[in-house]
Amino acid sequence: MQIIRTLAKCVREYKKPAILAPVIIAGEVAIECFIPFVTAELVRNIENKCELSVIVKYGLILLLLAAASLTCGALAGHFAAIASCGFAKNVRHDAYCAIQNYSFANMDKFSTAGLVTRLTTDVTYVQMSFMMIIRTAIRSPMMIIFALVMAISISPKMSLAFTVVIPVLAVGLWLIFKYAHPIFKTVFKKYDNLNNSVEENVSGMRVVKSFVREDYEREKFKKASDDVADGFTRAEKILALNSPIMQFCFNALMLMVCFFGSQLIIKSNATDLDVPGFSALLTYGAQVLMSLMMLSMIIVTLTLSAESASRLTELLDEVSAIQNPTHPVTEVRDGSILFDKVSFSYSENAEKKSLSGIDLFIASGETVGIVGGTGSGKTSLIQLISRLYDVTEGSVKVGGVDVREYDIETLRNEVSVVLQKNVLFSGTIKDNLRWGDANATDEDMIRVCKLAEAHEFIETFPDKYDTYITQGGTNVSGGQKQRLCIARALLKKPKILILDDSTSAVDTKTDALIRRAFAEEIPDTTKIIIAQRISSVEHADKIIVLDGGSIESVGNHEELLKISPIYKEIYESQTKGASDDE
Amino acid sequence: MNNMKNKRPPMKKGVLSRILKMLFKSYKWQMVAVTACIVLVSVASTIAPLFMETFIGYIGEGLENGIDAVFSKIVKAILLMLSIYAVGWVSSFVYTRIMAIVSQSFLNDIRKKMFDKMQGFPVRYFDTNAHGDIMSHYTNDVDTIRELVSGTLPHLIQSALIVTFLVINMLNLSVWMTLIVAFASIAMVLVAKTIGGASAKNFMKMQKSIAKTEGFVEEMMKGQKVVKVFCHEKESIEDFDKINGELCQNATQANRFANILMPIMGNIGNILYVIVAFVGGVLIINEIPNLSLRMLLGIVPASVVGIGVVLPFLNASKQFTNNISQVSQQINAVVMAMAGSSRVLELLDTEPEIDNGYVTLVNAMEIDGKIVECEERTGMWAWKHPHSADGSVTYTKLRGDVRIENMDFGYVPEKTVLHDITLYAEPGQKVAFVGATGAGKTTITNLINRFYDIDDGKIRYDGININKIKKADLRRSLGVVLQDVNLFTGTVMENIRYGKLDATDEECIAAAKLANAHDFITRLPDGYNTLLTSNGANLSQGQRQLLSIARAAVADPPVMILDEATSSIDTRTEALVSRGMDALMKGRTVFVIAHRLSTVRNSDVIMVLENGRIIERGNHEKLVAEKGKYYQLYTGAFELE
Repeated sequence: MQIIRTLAKCVREYKKPAILAPVIIAGEVAIECFIPFVTAELVRNIENKCELSVIVKYGLILLLLAAASLTCGALAGHFAAIASCGFAKNVRHDAYCAIQNYSFANMDKFSTAGLVTRLTTDVTYVQMSFMMIIRTAIRSPMMIIFALVMAISISPKMSLAFTVVIPVLAVGLWLIFKYAHPIFKTVFKKYDNLNNSVEENVSGMRVVKSFVREDYEREKFKKASDDVADGFTRAEKILALNSPIMQFCFNALMLMVCFFGSQLIIKSNATDLDVPGFSALLTYGAQVLMSLMMLSMIIVTLTLSAESASRLTELLDEVSAIQNPTHPVTEVRDGSILFDKVSFSYSENAEKKSLSGIDLFIASGETVGIVGGTGSGKTSLIQLISRLYDVTEGSVKVGGVDVREYDIETLRNEVSVVLQKNVLFSGTIKDNLRWGDANATDEDMIRVCKLAEAHEFIETFPDKYDTYITQGGTNVSGGQKQRLCIARALLKKPKILILDDSTSAVDTKTDALIRRAFAEEIPDTTKIIIAQRISSVEHADKIIVLDGGSIESVGNHEELLKISPIYKEIYESQTKGASDDE
Repeated sequence: MNNMKNKRPPMKKGVLSRILKMLFKSYKWQMVAVTACIVLVSVASTIAPLFMETFIGYIGEGLENGIDAVFSKIVKAILLMLSIYAVGWVSSFVYTRIMAIVSQSFLNDIRKKMFDKMQGFPVRYFDTNAHGDIMSHYTNDVDTIRELVSGTLPHLIQSALIVTFLVINMLNLSVWMTLIVAFASIAMVLVAKTIGGASAKNFMKMQKSIAKTEGFVEEMMKGQKVVKVFCHEKESIEDFDKINGELCQNATQANRFANILMPIMGNIGNILYVIVAFVGGVLIINEIPNLSLRMLLGIVPASVVGIGVVLPFLNASKQFTNNISQVSQQINAVVMAMAGSSRVLELLDTEPEIDNGYVTLVNAMEIDGKIVECEERTGMWAWKHPHSADGSVTYTKLRGDVRIENMDFGYVPEKTVLHDITLYAEPGQKVAFVGATGAGKTTITNLINRFYDIDDGKIRYDGININKIKKADLRRSLGVVLQDVNLFTGTVMENIRYGKLDATDEECIAAAKLANAHDFITRLPDGYNTLLTSNGANLSQGQRQLLSIARAAVADPPVMILDEATSSIDTRTEALVSRGMDALMKGRTVFVIAHRLSTVRNSDVIMVLENGRIIERGNHEKLVAEKGKYYQLYTGAFELE
């Protein structure tokens, strides 16, 4: 029910066509039901060798009806298409907006592939169901009721035949559905696995080939594919019963009407039932069964898409973990940062906290280095500053104000983070840079690119700043990508700049040049640098050594060499050999 | 990659017939049985209405002579119909069941065939085709074929049969009136072609829009965290709305045409009915002599057109138009299947990686100083080199000696990436490549394991030109650890075992210890049995690299290529790993690529690459002493005080 309520909100401006379509279809059904009467009348007249003018009269009526039914049908189809596609558009829009609203914590819950499927395949299923509902949900019941009423009015006795056949068909369809549905459900999961294994194989082809595992992969795929085929075959075998059952019911009804009907006609001397009525009964019988079949198909489609609908609802109803405060602060005073007894974990039931007992003050304009082993909490720490995640305990203050009190956009514009897993988007270099500032002039861009040591290599490209970056930035090198990302972050003119291992692919010399440029050109900006290379941080005002989620020690390079064994070890591992080679 | 996605091949003719040929060839008997059953079903459903006439005759007779006179006839007729129907039910049951099995097996065949083929494709294929595009062969394209085989095909066969019966039936009744129906059906075909064609065209457009949406969403979702950091949500939504609007427009158009086709076709049927009735009436009233097939064949005597002709004809024409309009509903499926099939066939027609190698890697042992091939694993390997000239076979011990001489290479002919590379790596040596990204470091490794073939020059492995070595054997002798780690869905243990499928648990654990991965693995919830999904998403980049090192370690190859294998491992861990790596590298020829100079410092020889050329070579001391590019790189960090 919740699913329907959530999705129904997406109809919005398409309410009109969504209502018009079934209404017009009701009209079409009425005409369609009326046409057999006229044709029957026409046939009766021809049988009685009527005048040509009578044929013309009925013919014209029929033509008019056909025209009317055609108009209705076409209009209904038109509106149904508009309504369902529009609805799908709104669902996609809402889902996309919902995702844009997510915090990092929300995003961690969904995989990229999962989100893509939701926005495409799942929406398509929901759209199909929606169209089916507005096109057939009215039509089939109307047809059934109409045909039943007609059949009863022709011969109540003969209509008893329906009471035999309809339950048989209904039970048959229900059984098919009952047995096939669970199989389908599991098969779809297997199917996902199959696609997943293809994806893994395609993206890991170098590994497959290096280890000469082609045959192993073939075997693996064969198993998965056979598994899927097996499951689908089992399900389809059951579904295949649909058509013979349908035919059986239809034929059984016909035979019953023939057998009992003929006796009834003869015995009652054509008073209880006559020959035309007899044919009409057969027609209506077919109509009822056909409509039942349609209904069953709707039910099948609906259940198949129910899964999609619930996955979409999950997406739409997900509440962003980080909300803007009601009275947000819209100005960041300076670039000072204070961590006050901060602890943090990514999920509530995590056994170990990613950060604990962090107390730290960074003055505005300071340059701070952060070092520590894999998993020591470096990235977690800096993500709290621009409120990409909320602290679990304690508080983080920027410019003296708790980050949770800021307007999120204000905060993030002043705290510019160059993420570890950074991406460029398809578009020109300029397009990408403008992410930092939509109104940046060419001069602005060149200035930041020079700062980030990116200007030089950009100038070597034939199209310079208009060079097109392909998806994922595959046509620039890792080091170039990192420098472009830094330039993009600089364009924001932030009060705090955070580089999360953002120069790992840049050679040491360029790395040093970037740092020097930072020191000279943006001295007032607080700079936080996470790095694996000691050379990247050794000149910082303050270096923080993280270990296992807590601060091991803080100090400058010389101090740390004395007091921090971890720092000393890292330093030595990197410089060993510079003076004495092993 | 986006523009690659839209570069679909032009649809070739004859793709459908090729796919259908494949189907009928692999499932000959099943398809014969299916066709036979469909014939029976169609016959059963067309014969039945003919019986109705007789039946109505009996009723008339009964009305005159009483029920007793016709009761046995009625029972007989009912039983006869029942038996015909029963044949129909059974046939219908049989064919739908066979079809369910056949269509799924056929799809399975296609999938497996594609995958089989794909495993043989050169790396170039995967480098130049968007992965999403390759994927869609297995999903969307196969799906259109499923639709065709399991839905459209039986439907079309049945409709074609019924239509044929009906035409014969109508000709039997009246040739004149059949002509009218013929004209009408031409009109219907034209309408179906126009509207159905328009719909199909728009459906293809819609597919393209969907692909575009998919590409956009994929890119944005991957960069979603960047979007958040830059508060770029609004712009991102605006961009999405543009694409979304386009998709909506195409979808509406496609569905609109599809939706209105049925009412139009149905009502053409209604109009035809009126026309036939009118013409029939005219014929009856004017007592026009009838012309029919059975008269021409002399089965019935010549007569005028009567009610007995017109009424059944009306019924037949109604059925006829119903069938035609149902067939027209399948146009979309056919067009989509054509597009899907052509893409599937395109993949199946792609040339696999060529391998003319004949030198193979065999287990060997040394007896009296001679190398002898043997079955069991001895830990010693040899190249088996058959000589076609005199039919002799020589064995060369696998040592891991790699020599590259005057090698040139370019990914595309117009652009040479590597120029005149010459280097020798003796067994047990550690050779390092340094240089900026794009200098050609990774390319060299791509060439040693023959992911790509060199344009000029020679690469020799233990003195044998690698072009002569069977690719599989060549690669088996090389261990590769790449910067981008690809793990597979499965347990940690399974992922390590990927390096050597028959490795015992102990061997895998030993390899993990060597790579310093044992520690973090034991801290995972299920240790070595922890299930990894989506490329080890729950591990950090560094942990994934450690696993990939363990995976290579278990394979135990004489030559190792480490391409930025430790780039995401912090230096402290790296120091620990390198201790293991040193043990691992002992006695092996190793190629190391790294931009972190601490990783390469202890190499026997360091090659500095710039713009595809080796500009400096020598060991660390020599290069530092030379005060060239390497020295600059090395001292870069200390330059600025």
